[in-house]
Amino acid sequence: MKTIVCIKRVPDTEARIKLNDQKTGIDPAGIKYVISPYDEFALEAALRMKESKGEGEVVVLSVGEAGAAEQLRSALAVGADRAVLLKGQTSFDGLATARALAAEAEGADLVLFGMKAIDDDQQQVGPMVAELLGLPCVTVVAEFELEDGKVVCHREVEGGVEIVEAPLPAVITMTKGKFEPRYPSLKGIMAAKKKPLEEKDAQLGESQLQVRELSYPPERPAGRIIGEGVDAVPELVRLLREEAKVF
Amino acid sequence: MARVLAIAEQRDCALRRVSHEVVSVARTIADSIGAEVDALAFGPAGLAAGAAELGKFGADRVLVAEDDVFKFNSPDHAVALVAEQLKNGDYFAVVFPASSMGKDLAPRVAARLNLPLATDVTAVDVDGGELVITRPVYAGRLLAKITLNAATRLLSIRPNVFRAEERAAAGTVEKVSVPSVEQKVRVRELQAARDAKLDVGEAPIVVSGGRGLKGPENWHLLEQLRDAIGNTCALGASRAVVDAGWRPHAEQVGQTGKTVSPQLYFAVGISGAMQHLAGMRSARTIVAINKDPDAPIFKVADYGVVGDATEVLPRLTEEIGKLHR
Repeated sequence: MKTIVCIKRVPDTEARIKLNDQKTGIDPAGIKYVISPYDEFALEAALRMKESKGEGEVVVLSVGEAGAAEQLRSALAVGADRAVLLKGQTSFDGLATARALAAEAEGADLVLFGMKAIDDDQQQVGPMVAELLGLPCVTVVAEFELEDGKVVCHREVEGGVEIVEAPLPAVITMTKGKFEPRYPSLKGIMAAKKKPLEEKDAQLGESQLQVRELSYPPERPAGRIIGEGVDAVPELVRLLREEAKVF
Repeated sequence: MARVLAIAEQRDCALRRVSHEVVSVARTIADSIGAEVDALAFGPAGLAAGAAELGKFGADRVLVAEDDVFKFNSPDHAVALVAEQLKNGDYFAVVFPASSMGKDLAPRVAARLNLPLATDVTAVDVDGGELVITRPVYAGRLLAKITLNAATRLLSIRPNVFRAEERAAAGTVEKVSVPSVEQKVRVRELQAARDAKLDVGEAPIVVSGGRGLKGPENWHLLEQLRDAIGNTCALGASRAVVDAGWRPHAEQVGQTGKTVSPQLYFAVGISGAMQHLAGMRSARTIVAINKDPDAPIFKVADYGVVGDATEVLPRLTEEIGKLHR
């Protein structure tokens, strides 16, 4: 069984995001990069599946610039078998990224993604790869199990959970659920240095999405503290009703 | 004539609220370029009667695909249906809801037809005949203005951000058939959440709790406030309390949870880490209750109350309850 896990290098959630001078992207100075958190759930799911079956291969795949090799090494350190970096610049055009990934993901039994990357928040590459490969896809999955040639997923939807099945091979995008990611061991980190990390050029094709400008959201007007403790509550409710007009 | 397609969403034949917003956005775009609006609703038999109301929100034609394959969500059928409809007209844009269904469907349509897609859009504008889309990135820390260079532009809109506007005209209703395709992805059942209320990502009012609640055993205080506000209100949670196992991840607001834009957001016992602020700062009105007057949450809150959340909440519930009496 071959599982491909697609991961993305993104700024850490606590990073200070600053625009570059051209307002076309962010200033990378001082930013710590991590594997996008949802991708970690996907990786953990793949590793546990391999461990429970006692066989199979887990390949991590990423589209990104040279720096993304760092996140692929981290994935190797927690147990992935080998890594492929498709070198190219990712953009907000998910379809370009999906084309590059699909070309490499063919032939896998299972292709796992995080349900979204936390930088562009587009939440589209996983199902696009599925469509390009003609595979079934289940998105926003908290947990899944394999059941004779099928995958049965718990998919989070508004107000509940869908129990969804799809035949293998399939594409699944993961959310937080029972696959809490593990930390690398020292042994794992050492072993990762010897594991194969292949680099190729990403076949992104032509982008159909243009970013005109990035900007900071408008500042919120300075807030005010209206009082302390329970005594402030009547005034709060009055303001909500008469000033904010929400009740 | 150019057209704009609006994708409606239903559950058990009742249109979901975001459907009205989707049609209204399609109307706004269509009016800017002199186009007509088609609304496409798909669901099980019995959908047509309720779907007709989409006309009031701006659809010139309401296209209804009734088929029991849509008893539950069926992405294989939905993508075939939308792709087929796009062959039947000159569509300038397609507007989806950025809901679980829409976020699953729109990328499939995009990849099948090689069209660009912008998701979770919070503003649209037409500038010299081109559609300019605004959407948050980095969980709302930046806004991106985007154009899509294709004959048909795909976008999904964030719930609660756009106003659904009723108008006098009503559209015509036409039935369309669902293409016959192999169903690979099959929903066995839909399990309602234990506490099956409104989803935090879609609710007009959100009451979120953090560590200041002191423990999961105090969550009834938030639930009572939610119940006093009524059925437009959903519960949210900070990352700290989700990580601690007090609340499910489905309620988490912030960069690794849901990014929300409600009319009113209560941050109760939440200090306001950057990744949380990013996820809720576009709320129209923010109320913070926290015992630390220096907590960063007060910098974004329109109204702050300094105090112990477990003491302030019962009184707040009581006062809001009085409004409804």
